[in-house]
Parts: sequence; C-alpha cells; structure tokens
Amino acid sequence: MSIDPIFLVEAAVNGVLLGGVIALLALGLNLIFGVLDIVWIAYVDLVMLCMYAIYFLVTVHGWPIWAAAIVSLAVGAVLGVGVHLLIISPILTSPPINQLLATGGLLFFVQSAATLFWTTDHRSVRLSLPSWEIAGIFIPATRLIPFAISILAVIALYLFLTRTFIGTAIRAVSQDREAMSLMGASPQRIYVVTSAVGGLMAGLAGALLIFQYAVHPFFGGQFGPLTFMVCVLGGLGNMVGAFVASFIMSEVIAVGGVVMSTEMGYVIAFVIFIVMMFVRPGGILAKRQ
Amino acid sequence: MLELREVTAGYGQFTALWDVSLRVDSGEAVAVVGPNGAGKTTLLRVISGLIAPRAGALTFDGTILTGLPAHQVVAHGIAHVPEGRRLFPMLTVADNLKMGAFLPGARSRFAESLERVYALFPVLAERRAQRAGSMSGGEQQMLAIGRALMSRPKIILLDEPSMGLAPVMVFRLFDLIRRVREEGYTILVVEQNVRQVLKLVDRAYLLEVGRIRMEGRAAELSEQDFVRKAYMGV
Repeated sequence: MSIDPIFLVEAAVNGVLLGGVIALLALGLNLIFGVLDIVWIAYVDLVMLCMYAIYFLVTVHGWPIWAAAIVSLAVGAVLGVGVHLLIISPILTSPPINQLLATGGLLFFVQSAATLFWTTDHRSVRLSLPSWEIAGIFIPATRLIPFAISILAVIALYLFLTRTFIGTAIRAVSQDREAMSLMGASPQRIYVVTSAVGGLMAGLAGALLIFQYAVHPFFGGQFGPLTFMVCVLGGLGNMVGAFVASFIMSEVIAVGGVVMSTEMGYVIAFVIFIVMMFVRPGGILAKRQ
Repeated sequence: MLELREVTAGYGQFTALWDVSLRVDSGEAVAVVGPNGAGKTTLLRVISGLIAPRAGALTFDGTILTGLPAHQVVAHGIAHVPEGRRLFPMLTVADNLKMGAFLPGARSRFAESLERVYALFPVLAERRAQRAGSMSGGEQQMLAIGRALMSRPKIILLDEPSMGLAPVMVFRLFDLIRRVREEGYTILVVEQNVRQVLKLVDRAYLLEVGRIRMEGRAAELSEQDFVRKAYMGV
C-alpha cells in the first residue's frame, strides 16, 4: 500500500498544529507539578468544565466565541485556585499516594457530576471558519487559530516565568522551596498563584480545544493520559522538555494515524513512550546518567 | 538586638537544642562553634523560623518572633545564609539576587542594593548571566551572602560559610565577610573553622550536644581551649 506523499505532509502539518494545544496542556500540568510536586490527575477534566462553560455560553446564550473564551480563562483560574485550596492544600504534606488518590478522586467526581448535569451527549460548538489551501495542503482555521494562540500563550508563559518577580519566584520555589521561604515568600501564596496560572492555561486550552473537539463528560480520558505522558517524556517539571515532547507525540499520533490508523497512531506513541522510559527515564532532555 | 532565652528545639522525637540562651548586640559579630552534630545548624534554623522552638523565647529588636514562619521572620530584618548555600542552581546569578529582594520593601530599593552587592563582590557582576549552579564553591558562597544582603537585613546568619571550600578560598571568604561586617551588618556565624572565625568575631559561644558550654570575648578565649573543646569535646 502506498500513500500519496501529500497526505503525509498534511498529516505532519496537522501534527504540528495539534502539538501547540498539547503543549499548552502539558506546560500547565508541568508548571503545577514543578512547584507543588503533585500531579493533578484531573487537570484535563478541569479543561472539560471550561469547555462546557463555552459551549453553553455560545450555543445557549448566543455569546461570541471570544467572549466565552475569556469567561473560560476566568473559570479555569478560579477552578485552579479552588482545587488548590480545597483539595491540595490540606494534603500537601501527606504521602504522595494519598495526593494521587485525592486528585484521582476529583477526576471521578468531575466526570460523574458532568454526566449527571449534562448527560453523556457529545456537544460541539459549530463555528463556520474558512480553510486555506497552501501548496495542495488544506489548513482549516479551526486548527490554525488554536495553534497560533497556543504558541503566543507559551511565549507569554515564558516571559511571565523569566521576566517577572513572581514568575522567577515560581521557578525558584520549584528548585528550592525552603530557600524561597528564607527570601520572604510565603509558600502558600506562590502555590495559589501557580495554581491560578495553571488553571488559566486549562481555561485557554479548553477554549482552543472546543474549536475542533466535542465536549463530553469523558473528555479528560481523551487528552489526560496523553498530557501526562508528554510531561513524563519531557521530564516531569521540565518545561522545555514538555514543549518538545508535545510536538514529538502529536507528530507520531498524526502521521501514524495516516500511515496506519488513528488507533495505531496512539499505540505507536505509547510504545515510543514506554521505550523512552527505559532509555531515558529522566525525560528526553535529561542528562545521561 | 537578637536574644534567645532557654530555647529548646528539635525534630520529631529528637531534641537538638537544650535551654540555649544567646544574645547578639547591634553591630556585633558573634560566632557559635562546636563539633559536628552540636546543634549549630538547628540554632540558626530556629532563629530564621524554619523550625519552631518547643520552648523558650526569641526576640529581635524588642519584637517576639517565637513561632513565626520563616517568610515572616525575614521581613523583620533577619537574613539566613543556610548550610550548603541553597542557591537556586538553575537561575542566573542576577535572578538569584533578585529573589533575595523578594519582599516589597527590598524590591523598591532593588537597584541600590544590587549596586552595593556588586561593589562588595565584583565577581558576581561579571557572572550575572551565568547559572548559579555552574559557579565555583567560593563564588556560590559569595552569591549566597549577596542574596541575603539584597533583603536589606539588620542581621545576617551564616551557616558554615567555609564548608567545602579550598583553603585559599576560605581565607578570601573570611576576608570578604570582614568587609561585610565593616559595612555595618550584625553577624551571627556558625563555623567549624574555629581558628579563622575567632579572628573575625567579637564574641563566641561553644555549643556542644545541644547545650552552650562556654561563652566569652573572642580575644580572651584561649584558642587552644576552644579548638580542643570544639573538636574533641574534652
């Protein structure tokens, strides 16, 4: 069986476009992990809640997508702070397994609540956006716009973490929590800011994912494992690693999906992940031991 | 200025300090010496609020600081240069210094503080864009002290500044600490390097298995006695 090379090129382009949004998810999760040492298992489920917010605002209340997206950012930030204060903060010093179970419990809670309130229907926001044809490749705006905004958001995050006082403090806390408290920074305050930023990114990711995907109560299962895998592949807490890994994984899924089948794309991605865990357990950018 | 009264502290079941009383006056340099495991580091950690004492009182400039968390203690003018320096290794030298001025009061005078620190440690100005973790031990210690100065403290707590440094560097470092002193800072230093530190300070305490065993003016203390006690515990 031979595949027209144009399809491969198109798949590669789609991989890059998908990678942008994956990077946003992975960086949000990684940011929180880097500072708090806790993986928010339910991170993509928060994204799902933001997507529902947009869906209802746009289809039921007739809001324009950009206005709903702004609300989504706010919802994300509030959810982020809420999760920290209600769930993470009381168990900060508990054994890691308890923390994992607590955020895992949140996942089931959010999924069940969403099913109860909104049923298992797949709901999508229908946006009539153009497609562009460049050198025989179709690039739909529903993919290009989210990609472009993701990249801008990643740049904004980079500037926030490197150029601002509080952003630098967030990086410093992830390197040495105790030393940062000796600088006069209240750890709790840094945690809340980090959780808000992580939530904000979830809100933005939700606003961008709804361009291409329908939202349903199990949306988290679609992107959650992938996001976590990207973070581990990049090295948990390593932002540059997560960014690179996002594009590797989305490329494998997109190209693998065209060459074989969509399911096989995911299979190959997870096989690569498992192999990499043996070859480079610290992540792709980690120094060799 | 700084006063500890009958402070008892430890970790879990273990008690590292027993009824320790100690005083540092404004403008003074005071050393606490003693063998490994005497509780020197614990003492500084109690003062900076990293661990809460089980009993006793800690006052600074007339304010009771007992039990305050570390991030609030700094705001009172106590800067702790912890054991092992504890820099942010992946941040640049400049960013490490920036974090030293995290508190709003220090932040507003950031440029002025930075100039002072760079004047004191010119090597830090040269290396400002370098990652802290990639510098030599001596330079890292200078950065740790510089970072503490950025908070515009009244007193600096130094925990084993000479630890892990080459002998030549130890010499230079003590020289630099002397210059910091001349700038008018009050210093409380914990050291294993008794000989060097006694030349630097006004007074010294000998801490042994969590208790103060000796106290006196540095000039009057017999170095032989102190060294023998500090290392051999006899």
